[in-house]
Amino acid sequence: MDELIKNLGLILNTTLMYTPPLLFAALGSVFSERSGVVNIGIEGMMTIGAFAGVVGTLLTSNPWLGFLIAGLAGGIFGLLHAFATITCKADQTISGTAINFLAPGFAIFLCRVLYDSTETHSVDLAHKMPRFLKGLFQGTEGIFRKGGFLDNVFNTYATAYLAFILVAVVWFVFYKTKFGLRIRAVGEHPKAADTLGINVIRIRYICVILSGVLAGFGGASVTLATVSQFRPSVITGQGFIAIAAVIFGKFKPQGAMLACILFGFCNGVKVFVGSGSAVSPHLISMIPYVVTIIVLILFVGKSHVPAANGKPYEKAR
Amino acid sequence: MDQNNSKPTVRKEKIAKDNKALYTVISILVGFTIGAIMLLVVKVSPIKAYGLLIESVFGTPKNIAQSVVYATPLILTGLSIAFSFRTGIFNIGAEGQFVMGSLGAMVVGVLVDAPAIIHIPLCLLAAALAGALWGAIVGYLKAKLGANEVLCMIMFNWIAYYFSNYVVKSKLFNDAGKQVSKKVADTAKLSVNSLKASLGQKVNWGIIIAIIAVIIIYLIINKTTLGYRLRAVGFNRNAAEYAGINVKVAIVSAIAISGALAGLAGATQVLGYNYSISEFAGQEGYGFEGITVAMIGATHPVGVLFAGLFYGAMKYGGKNMNLLGAPTEVIDIIMGSIIFFIAISSIIKTMKTRFSKKGGTK
Repeated sequence: MDELIKNLGLILNTTLMYTPPLLFAALGSVFSERSGVVNIGIEGMMTIGAFAGVVGTLLTSNPWLGFLIAGLAGGIFGLLHAFATITCKADQTISGTAINFLAPGFAIFLCRVLYDSTETHSVDLAHKMPRFLKGLFQGTEGIFRKGGFLDNVFNTYATAYLAFILVAVVWFVFYKTKFGLRIRAVGEHPKAADTLGINVIRIRYICVILSGVLAGFGGASVTLATVSQFRPSVITGQGFIAIAAVIFGKFKPQGAMLACILFGFCNGVKVFVGSGSAVSPHLISMIPYVVTIIVLILFVGKSHVPAANGKPYEKAR
Repeated sequence: MDQNNSKPTVRKEKIAKDNKALYTVISILVGFTIGAIMLLVVKVSPIKAYGLLIESVFGTPKNIAQSVVYATPLILTGLSIAFSFRTGIFNIGAEGQFVMGSLGAMVVGVLVDAPAIIHIPLCLLAAALAGALWGAIVGYLKAKLGANEVLCMIMFNWIAYYFSNYVVKSKLFNDAGKQVSKKVADTAKLSVNSLKASLGQKVNWGIIIAIIAVIIIYLIINKTTLGYRLRAVGFNRNAAEYAGINVKVAIVSAIAISGALAGLAGATQVLGYNYSISEFAGQEGYGFEGITVAMIGATHPVGVLFAGLFYGAMKYGGKNMNLLGAPTEVIDIIMGSIIFFIAISSIIKTMKTRFSKKGGTK
């Protein structure tokens, strides 16, 4: 039994490393998609965030300032996507694809200019994201002992706590505030929303920029917590996984959270089983993706895509 | 205002079509301008850099041939995605179908012993089938069970990725403990031995396959009832169903055809360029680059052919950018800017209609 709890602790520990970046990005995606703008540029926005976060932290010696700068960098590309898709009524997939080239392109380009390499310098341990509860787990005895279950689960980076708090905040915004109601209205039936005096364009701009900011946070929570530097391969695919999590979670913040946790947990199992197993590590690596498909088919079923998703809004003349 | 309304819409559509090519050219120019600015930022002369780029692509027959070699898989994945767009699906799964196609070609290339005239078509067939099947599974999940295809495809891309690594490392196909698979037999290679000396080691027949695929897809889309059906489903699912088209079959076959093209792209890369498959360290990106090619080519098969050649040239020529001390990522920034400006070119159209309204003529 002790062994089992200890192992579960280890798995949850990895889960809480994988989940937060996905969660930030997924919440961003929820904002954008629910307001009616498809954003496949999340991947690129995460990459620029991952880069800007490290640069910001190296410059200011403060991970939180770095984190904010990452959000800003993601937000700039969010603004670019908003301008293209809302003002210019561009095809949302094309614009997102462009962002997925531009943002990582800029990140690696600037990285070469600043550091003469495709990798940034490392953030030293003192300037990484803090672990708030570290002090609690110093003892060698009791449930708060170092390396124990509670240590593994709760002694995690501040970004993990922040990500889960944000889920609650976003849920509250979406379902308990006027602004949230407006976002949902704009995503489902922009014309009707417009008739009621809601500024469709403004709501969509806010949401798409927010999606960039949150994706930037997601990127930074990789490079300032799990890893401590930026390299081109640091994000690969996580933005797309976040988008998948949002579809999986039926475009709801709480649903996206469950999907991200499932995905993170499968990764935890993968890492745990992977160490010292007879089965090929490549087959074990498939677990998260296969489980996602199976759960999708068996338990989730059809997800309702916001009705106005993908369509630019044209005001009637 | 009145004048505009009185004109038949057919004329308007024609103008829009003619302008599409123009907007693409303008977008390419803007892309290179932004690239030039970035080069100036890092104190590299854009004239020198673009001169080198042109020379690296057109300088010698060998360079031209290598650019075409780089373009081949991009044309095919671009075609795959363009076809899917025409049928109302976004095949973000081309990446995984590409990987499965490479595997199919490699497996048949390694295991089968046959003369080239049989062996090559057999490998291509295996690749196309593998890609088609990988796509069709997602098509089935979507059509039968209502699963979201974008979500499924993203997962299938990664499953294909790890499956490929598994096969490469498996006893049957691994090359003596190395990070690569065994090489395909000489009879399966697409290389053109007689031209190797003049055009480089990697020159291959792949481009012929790509051009044939472009023609076939053009014919399917425009001249067959199958193409008509698939487009009808893409345009309006309910109307198509009402008209008696089996929508589920249409969805599965559309993704399968798209997948077959991506699979063929994988085959040209294995049989023409690499001859074996390496263990991946990151996604290859042909599927995602295919999205770009499809966009620049305006999802038209012939447009995709030229867009693929363009991208291939940029990729091959762009490698030399570092000779001047310029980051090669400038190519990504140029390509990204081009797509971005193609995307927002609709605003120019809107502005133009406004101007022509004011002017009254045109």
